[in-house]
Parts: sequence; C-alpha cells; structure tokens
Amino acid sequence: MIGQFIAAVAGTVGFSVLYSVPRAYYPYCGFIGGAGWLLYCLLIPTCSGPESAFFAAALVVVLSRFFAVKERCPVTIFLISGIFPLVPGGGIYWTAYYIVTDEVEQAARTGFSAVKVAVAIVLAIVLVFQVPQKVFKR
Amino acid sequence: MVDQEREVMEAAMEAGHILLENGAEIFRVEETINRICRHYGIESSNAFVLSNGIFITSGSVMEESFAKVQHIPVSGSHLDRVAAVNQLSREVEEGRYTIEEVRGRLEEIRKMPGKTKKMQILGSGVGSGAFCYLYGGSLYDCGAAFLAGLILYVFVLYVSGPHLKKMMSGIAGGAVATAVCMVLWELGIGQNLDLMIIGSIIPLVPGVAFTNAIRDIADENYIAGTVRMTDALLVFFCIAMGVGMVYAVKQRLIIWF
Repeated sequence: MIGQFIAAVAGTVGFSVLYSVPRAYYPYCGFIGGAGWLLYCLLIPTCSGPESAFFAAALVVVLSRFFAVKERCPVTIFLISGIFPLVPGGGIYWTAYYIVTDEVEQAARTGFSAVKVAVAIVLAIVLVFQVPQKVFKR
Repeated sequence: MVDQEREVMEAAMEAGHILLENGAEIFRVEETINRICRHYGIESSNAFVLSNGIFITSGSVMEESFAKVQHIPVSGSHLDRVAAVNQLSREVEEGRYTIEEVRGRLEEIRKMPGKTKKMQILGSGVGSGAFCYLYGGSLYDCGAAFLAGLILYVFVLYVSGPHLKKMMSGIAGGAVATAVCMVLWELGIGQNLDLMIIGSIIPLVPGVAFTNAIRDIADENYIAGTVRMTDALLVFFCIAMGVGMVYAVKQRLIIWF
C-alpha cells in the first residue's frame, strides 16, 4: 500500500512537470494524487470500479479546492495532475487490444467500463464544484 | 483618456489570451477580463469567450467604443502562466499597478520559460514508470515503462509536437509507445507487456482538455466544453488506434515469418 502511495505521488508529480505546474506546488499535487489513489485502493475491494473512482475523484476535487483557496491560485493546477491516476488509461489500451484481436465482446465490455469510470469522475467533479466557495475558505 | 481605455482593453485581452492559450477554464478567462476592466473604470466591457477565441467589446453613452476579436489556437498547457496571470489579476484588484505596469507584467508572463525539455522528458518517464506500477506492474515493468516514457516524449517534443496535427500525433504517439514497449519486451526488459504499454501511453492522455471540458460544461459553457470534450475524446480514440495498429502489424509479422 505504501508503495502504491509513493508511486501515485511520483506519477502525479511527473505529470505536474509536463503541465508546467510551478515548482512550489509539486508537494500539493503529489499529495492530492497520492491521497486520491489511496482512497481508490481502499474502496476497490468492496465497491465497483466506477464507485471507487467517484469517491476518489471527489476527494481529489475537495483537496484541490481546499489547497487552491489556501494558496490563492487556480484550482486547475492541482486538479489536473491529481485526477490523473484515476483516468482509465488501462481501459483505452484493453479496448484497442481486444478490437485488434477480434474479441468484440471483451472490447465492448472494457470500453464500456472505461466510459463508466470516466462518467463517475465527471459526476464527482460536477458535484464538488457545486459546493459554494465559502466552505473552503475557513 | 481614450488612449487609457484602449490600453486597458488591450491589457485585458492579453491577459485573457494567455489564460485561454495555456489551459484555463472559460469562466476564469471571462472573470479576469472583467476584473481588469472594472478595476480601471471601464463599466461597459463585455467578454465572450470560446475555446479558441475571445471577443471583447466596450462602449456606452459615457465610454468610447472598443471591439476586438482574437483567434487563439490552443497550444500548450503551461499552468505556471495561468497561475501567474491569476496572481496578477488579484494584485491589480488590490490596486498595485498602473496599466502600463500590467502590460509589462503580461509581457513577462508570456515569455516565462516553461520547463526545459530535459525535465519534461524526465517527467514523462517518471509518470510512465509510476503508473505502470499503479496498474500492477513489477519493478522490471516499471523500468521498461520508464524507458518507453522517455523515448515517447522525445518523439512528442521533436517530431509529433512541431510537425504533426493533433489526430496524427495521437495515433503516432500511441504507436511509438507500443512499438518501443514491444521491442523492450522482446529484448527481455520487463515481463508484462500489457502493463508496460498502459504505463507508457499515459503521458499522451489529454488530461487538461478532459478536465477543463467537464468544468466548462458544468459551468454551462456548452460550446467551449463540447469542443474541448471532442478534442479529448478524439485524442483518447487516436491513442487507442495507434496501439491497435501496432498490434495488428505485429500479428501480420508473426503470421508471415
């Protein structure tokens, strides 16, 4: 589990570099990405993929908004790299793989579950952004 | 006085331009433009922002009219510039700058050096390796994904970025990542080819477009949101095509030889 957390932090910081996040914010980005992934890992034994992604993404957005208020900078900076570990990258790959190997049923299944995860992330983002800014300002 | 107003509108446009170009949400662009205008006393300004263009006008009985349209191709995503403009607009509200100073600051922000190519390549490698591990890869797989991530980003920075259109660079990127992983795997570096490939295509995923699309749609900026979502989905789709194409070629090669 600790290894997973460290990998998520490292991966998130790696992508923060790609998106030119200011250096001072790397620790926040890493922490948000790691926390989101940790929650995902904790939920996945008992919940379905999309459910876990939903709660993890919600946590990522809450933390991003919190740090954005604290640091007085756009929430995008934390959100984009933090959400990365949850994006169904594996889904893209398996769908392509099954299509090429002619396993249409499998392709449809993996493709659909990737879409479900994406929708869960969308819902979490929309939901948490509905919470008024005041809540985060304490 | 008229010149002053013109300066303000130009500065507001410039600020909006930098924000939009580097991956800010639509509402932030509009808000920043309006903030700058209001602070310098232009009450009649109006901004209409799309995903690749800004329209601003001002003018009323009291104020001189001004209109400008700017087409803004989405280039990169330098979030540091977004943060800098955001900071600037806060400071403007606190009344720390004259309009000439604001324009000077904007010019500086526009020229802000992004991360060096070396850093970006390293970031891509680290990201690939780490994500390979998250998806269940062994340390050997991570090492291979790290290498593939490095090579992929060299390709992105020097070939597909400057020379290819978006769709083609998605396909080519997916294909390069897959091919590199296959070669490494054949050489005996890494055990699970699937996980290596998944890790190494991650740097291509359009995170900024996807996240901003969702936020724009949630803010009811449907036009910009839809365009960005199309952009993101297209890139997702193209990466998958690139991966699939390399697999198809490999199958043929196995059958022939």
